[in-house]
Amino acid sequence: MASAAKKLLMDPFSDNNPITIQVLGICSALAVTVKVDTAIVMSLALTSVVTLSNLVISLLRNVIPSGIRMIVEMAVIASLVIIADQLLRAFLFDISKQLSVFVGLIITNCIVMGRAEAFALQNPPKESLLDGLGNGIGYGIILIAVATIREFLGFGSLLNHQLLPDSYMGNGLALLAPGAFIILGLLIWGQRTISKYVEE
Amino acid sequence: MEYLNLAVKSIFVENILLAYFLGMCSFLACSKKVDTAIGLGFAVVFVLTITVPANWAIHHFLLASGALGWLGLEQLDLSFLNLICFIAIIASMVQLVEMILDKFFPTLYHALGIFLPLITVNCSILGGSLFMVERNYTVMESTVFGFSSGLGWLLAIASMAAIRKKLRYSHLPDGLKGLGITMIMTGLMAMAFMCFSGINL
Repeated sequence: MASAAKKLLMDPFSDNNPITIQVLGICSALAVTVKVDTAIVMSLALTSVVTLSNLVISLLRNVIPSGIRMIVEMAVIASLVIIADQLLRAFLFDISKQLSVFVGLIITNCIVMGRAEAFALQNPPKESLLDGLGNGIGYGIILIAVATIREFLGFGSLLNHQLLPDSYMGNGLALLAPGAFIILGLLIWGQRTISKYVEE
Repeated sequence: MEYLNLAVKSIFVENILLAYFLGMCSFLACSKKVDTAIGLGFAVVFVLTITVPANWAIHHFLLASGALGWLGLEQLDLSFLNLICFIAIIASMVQLVEMILDKFFPTLYHALGIFLPLITVNCSILGGSLFMVERNYTVMESTVFGFSSGLGWLLAIASMAAIRKKLRYSHLPDGLKGLGITMIMTGLMAMAFMCFSGINL
């Protein structure tokens, strides 16, 4: 793979991660990470939406009048999210029940809108596709990391397989909202220390 | 009484930010200064109070299963259009509110400034409407729910801005500065808010 394309795809994995560095899309990163399986499904849904929306918006970029570009972007994103939502309901009903409103909230997930505004509007389709894919995967990495920690501490299991003996009581805090905030905070600390990013 | 109970529940016990994580992006980005935080908070209260009942009407009279019965279309279930209609309503409501404020309350308009248009993509607004559908609220309940969720969000962002102001003088490790420590503080705040759980009026 050419190095420019590789950089587009790999950068959001760590050095320019959408969650820990760009601070986009935090809401769903916290809400759907009680269990690893919901986190994986959510990452797949978001990755496909952001990849396709980047592609579509990039294809349309020369015909969208700049005055109404927000509405056009919203319409594209909302239609893609509706498709994702209907597919999840049809094939993964249980998980879509657990994800509840958060699939719909992909519409207002800042990653999708942010990548459309910041990248897809200025760049050709192929690059936009790679950028969307990279950001989706970067989001997924953090989501699955948080979910792994929360499920392991909270239930002593991973992907619903019990790993710790039954005598493990389970740490309720990891399952509740404060646990999510604190675990993500610590992950951000670790990630930023490794990539030497300092916020002023 | 029942409405008061719902209000207390949505402000404290099930705070839309601290328990459901909605509106985190603007919460993190705009909590650096107390006055901008409060301005944005009031804008959110305002928009949530209008959009939740408005979306309730759209959902109940047009999109819900069987809602078009008066046209002889009992079988029709358009609820898959909820998402796109809600976001359109929110975007146009925000635009409308902006225009009305500009015309009749210029001081308030200038105080809110850039934050009004940004509210369209605040997930707590769309989230409020989606929760309204999921929990089958009545029109009165959804108005109360919208208003008090907004108030809860305002409370959270105002107190976070106040804490961050003090935090400027503390010495933190480099990687923890900014987002890291804010997340951990939000976690502690969420823990404090959990003490309200179980309150029933």
